Amino acid sequence: MRVRLLAVAATFAALIALVAVYVVYFLESGPPAVAAVINRDGSASLTLQVVGSYGNHPFPDWVSYLVKDPSGKWRHTTIWKLPAHELVHVTVYQFDSQTGLRNNFLAQVRGTVGGVATYTDVGNTGKGSGLPPYNNTSLSVIPPSEPAHTFTVPDLDLSVPLVGISDSTSNVCAVAPCPMHFAHTTISFSFRTPGAGTYRWQCFVPCAFAFLYGFGGPMQTIGYMDGLLEVA
Amino acid sequence: MSIAPEKVGRDEPHHGRNIAIIWAIATAIMVPVIIWVVGPHIPPGSLTDDTRAQHAVDVVLTALSIPLLMLVWVYLGYAVINFRADPASGTIVDGPPLRSNTRIQATWLIVSAVLVVGLAAYGTVDLLTENGAGGGQGSNPLAKPSDARSALQVQVIGQQWLWTFRYPGYGGVETAQLVLPVNREIEFHVTSLDVVHSFWAIELGVKADAVPGADNIAYVKIFRKGSFQVRCDELCGLWHGHMNTTGHIVSGSAFNSWIHATVTKYAAVTKYLPPYSLTYYPIPTRNAT
Repeated sequence: MRVRLLAVAATFAALIALVAVYVVYFLESGPPAVAAVINRDGSASLTLQVVGSYGNHPFPDWVSYLVKDPSGKWRHTTIWKLPAHELVHVTVYQFDSQTGLRNNFLAQVRGTVGGVATYTDVGNTGKGSGLPPYNNTSLSVIPPSEPAHTFTVPDLDLSVPLVGISDSTSNVCAVAPCPMHFAHTTISFSFRTPGAGTYRWQCFVPCAFAFLYGFGGPMQTIGYMDGLLEVA
Repeated sequence: MSIAPEKVGRDEPHHGRNIAIIWAIATAIMVPVIIWVVGPHIPPGSLTDDTRAQHAVDVVLTALSIPLLMLVWVYLGYAVINFRADPASGTIVDGPPLRSNTRIQATWLIVSAVLVVGLAAYGTVDLLTENGAGGGQGSNPLAKPSDARSALQVQVIGQQWLWTFRYPGYGGVETAQLVLPVNREIEFHVTSLDVVHSFWAIELGVKADAVPGADNIAYVKIFRKGSFQVRCDELCGLWHGHMNTTGHIVSGSAFNSWIHATVTKYAAVTKYLPPYSLTYYPIPTRNAT
């Protein structure tokens, strides 16, 4: 009887241990957090790039964000540390092509300083709309067919559509991190962080090619098109 | 320890009568307590006509459950106290065998049937008289409020993972903020751009599925200014748990100021919005692949 009891207890303990190991692994297996560069005036600078295909293990064909760490190295993570109650200057190098918005309301720039973002086409052969390339152009709204992605933090009412490169552009980067000689759009804007907390962000363009409604895979995975702002 | 053959004492008290008396007293005490003491604190409160209707139903159902709850508890307590084996005797005395009792079975069936049919009728009448009680009624509501024609129409659009709101009476302006006027009938038109979501305005007592290609209508009238939480109540992907926002209930004049400021603020992007429509599916998904 005692042996049987011990066997049951040991099995139960082993199961509990397995669950605990899994939970710890799950909690620890996310991408690392990378801090933004802190400037002398206390503000922060966040430099990002968005690529149409990550080009590396484990999902080389997934669209993804990358961030530049304080040492200047591109890191594949979407969890970024920012100071609380400070201005954050964001520069996004956007290398992916245009997909267009599912909800055109997100063509509006919201929550940035001045309610605008600045757009510059680099090595882009022009837009499908026939409009001339952007050249340090400040905009509060962009045509809804132009975004490749958005950078949106719903809890902060912050959203910036990221203009994609033209489909006719041949100089397209396929493996991240992308050097600047590839065609891209540079988008810059600033916003002020709230108090300490963790705020989720995501892309709202259905940009996950070959997934249902364009919203599977990288659109549902932290480390690609979703992430967290760790404000402290 | 042995099991003794049937041994029914003729001097046994009338347990059935005792249990019935205790049950009646407990029920007579607890039902008023539930209705008048606990009842006012039962969710979801009295902010809107929907929550008042839901609250009344919650109190009625809770009060109706009390007699059954008391029966279980009283019987359990009575059995624990009175039907314990005598540890000194070392024997377990079995009770008399139970035979079928037509009267008890008939009573049980009739009471159960009356309860089920009665509650179904009560629920149906309540849904019809309370304008749907905050639930989505599809595109052709059976239960409309008397002032539905003058209701403020607000379209609720769900997408992974954000709620936005269009006001067709104000040029179809779209915003990520939900602001509503107090003391005015609201007609929500709930839809989705991608997968199934569920619009749950908790303190308003409104819950309606957001289904792509469907227009789901729900009514509410709000009686006090304040704020309320909006959640998605249908598992919809990675950020389902974060698909929430805070709505605001303001005076009529404050609402007019807000909506006109919003129309001006979003005038540029409103030009890019599709014409107001009850549904937008499947056009938005064409971008997807």
